[in-house]
Amino acid sequence: MTAALEIDGVAIRFGGVQAVAGVSCSVARGELVGLIGPNGAGKTTLLRIIAGVLKAEAGRISISGKDVTGLPTELRVRNGLAITHQIVRPFRSMTVLENVTLAAGHRITAHPLRALLRYSRTAERTRARDVLAGVGLAGTEDKAVTALPLGQLKRLEVARALAVDPTLLLLDEPLAGLNRKEAAAQIDVIGAINRGGVTTVLIEHNLAEVVRVCRRLIVLDQGRVIGDGAPRDVIAEPAVREAYVGKGSTDAAA
Amino acid sequence: MSAYVYSVLAIMGINIILAVSLNIISGFCGQFSLGHAAFYGSGAYATAYFAAAGTPVPLALVSGIIVAGLLGLVVGFASLRLRDDFLAVTTIGVSFLFVGFVRKQAWLGAEMGISKIPPSGLGSKGNALLILACALATIAFSLYMNRSWIGFGFRAVGDDENTARTIGVPASQYKLVAFTLGTGFAGLAGGLYAYFTQFIVPDSFGFIVSVTLMAMVVIGGTGSTLGVVAGAVILTLLPEAFRFVDNYRLLIFGGLLVLVVRFAPRGLAGLGRTAVQMVRKR
Repeated sequence: MTAALEIDGVAIRFGGVQAVAGVSCSVARGELVGLIGPNGAGKTTLLRIIAGVLKAEAGRISISGKDVTGLPTELRVRNGLAITHQIVRPFRSMTVLENVTLAAGHRITAHPLRALLRYSRTAERTRARDVLAGVGLAGTEDKAVTALPLGQLKRLEVARALAVDPTLLLLDEPLAGLNRKEAAAQIDVIGAINRGGVTTVLIEHNLAEVVRVCRRLIVLDQGRVIGDGAPRDVIAEPAVREAYVGKGSTDAAA
Repeated sequence: MSAYVYSVLAIMGINIILAVSLNIISGFCGQFSLGHAAFYGSGAYATAYFAAAGTPVPLALVSGIIVAGLLGLVVGFASLRLRDDFLAVTTIGVSFLFVGFVRKQAWLGAEMGISKIPPSGLGSKGNALLILACALATIAFSLYMNRSWIGFGFRAVGDDENTARTIGVPASQYKLVAFTLGTGFAGLAGGLYAYFTQFIVPDSFGFIVSVTLMAMVVIGGTGSTLGVVAGAVILTLLPEAFRFVDNYRLLIFGGLLVLVVRFAPRGLAGLGRTAVQMVRKR
């Protein structure tokens, strides 16, 4: 079966720092994978390369078997990709419903001429209301996004990403800044999205919540993959423990 | 009505087309442009050139739209790499480049401009009515566009173009469309101006005109078609009402601009919305 995401030898350097150093891995359809690693490991950089926001110096990216390496972000979205941002980025001039409606109309906005000739938003609004209800934001539709607390803005990010009907969802720290209760609720939503058939890659620091829903972890450190497998096995690997706790921790344990 | 009233109506109509078209670029799509007079001028020069060569009125006007729209497309490509302040500076450059270029072109009359533009055959009343009809059509198109999906996409690009891309909006194409449409309408205004005055010179399309047009947009309310129309009407009539302070006209515009940015950043449209909300609350 074709992989939902195939990363092959991706590398990028910022000045003297090799942020991502030849990462290769693949995510099967329907998987919910946690991409973890210490600060500065290259997780967000890798996600931005997959999304087409950054251009890799080497390597190839395929989504559902299609090579998207040279494509801009919007064409990757047409190939089934959706992403959420670590720092929430709602369209501030729009209401909650408008933010998601615009995403639900991505097939119309993909072509400016088609967008010029289309007026009605009824179907897309209905879809947006459904998606908002699915992430627990029913009742906030007409609110200005500036009136939402962070927990709801994080959900809005997920709702907007879901509204483009993705096959592959990349979530960049969707739990950051949330309290324990909000984080648990958000991770439940993510689990439900994945069970609905959307392949999901989750970048997250909150290991306890990641381990609760992910069956597989990929660990990055200094731009390299240092662990890949079931959470319990990966966390037990000396290289991973060293990356998180520092050198000497494994020796001490031994 | 007197010829004076028709001429004021004609200038008002031209300013409405210019301000509404600039609002498509800067208000809807968020691309700050301080070079709109260059596109207005290129439309005027193209129409004047073809009209003087014997081209029928409709075709000469269309030539103005096409030339200005193509120039706008080229500047639009600059907007793909430049943002905010850098784009504003670049469009200021376009404004000066246009006047500098035209001044040196003998085939465009150089400093003396083009003076042998034939009349449209509609008379002063007919010209004014044609201009007002075009202004109404521009307003109607702008209102429709803002409510259509392209207007929705423009808002996203204006808010945050990188995020717009992540929900499938091809931001670069939207910016090019905004520039081409906005400058095309400016070209139409230029063509109408050429037939209205039958005489054009480079200085009629200088940087000050670009700034005045941006003042109409900001004072009216960036992004609001009807607010911008009000801004264009007020800034057209003010100099007529205050002819006795003609030398201080720019000072009045500048003062108004500062007051609006400080006390009503959403312009007349924002003040109108606030007033309606207050009445409803009562």
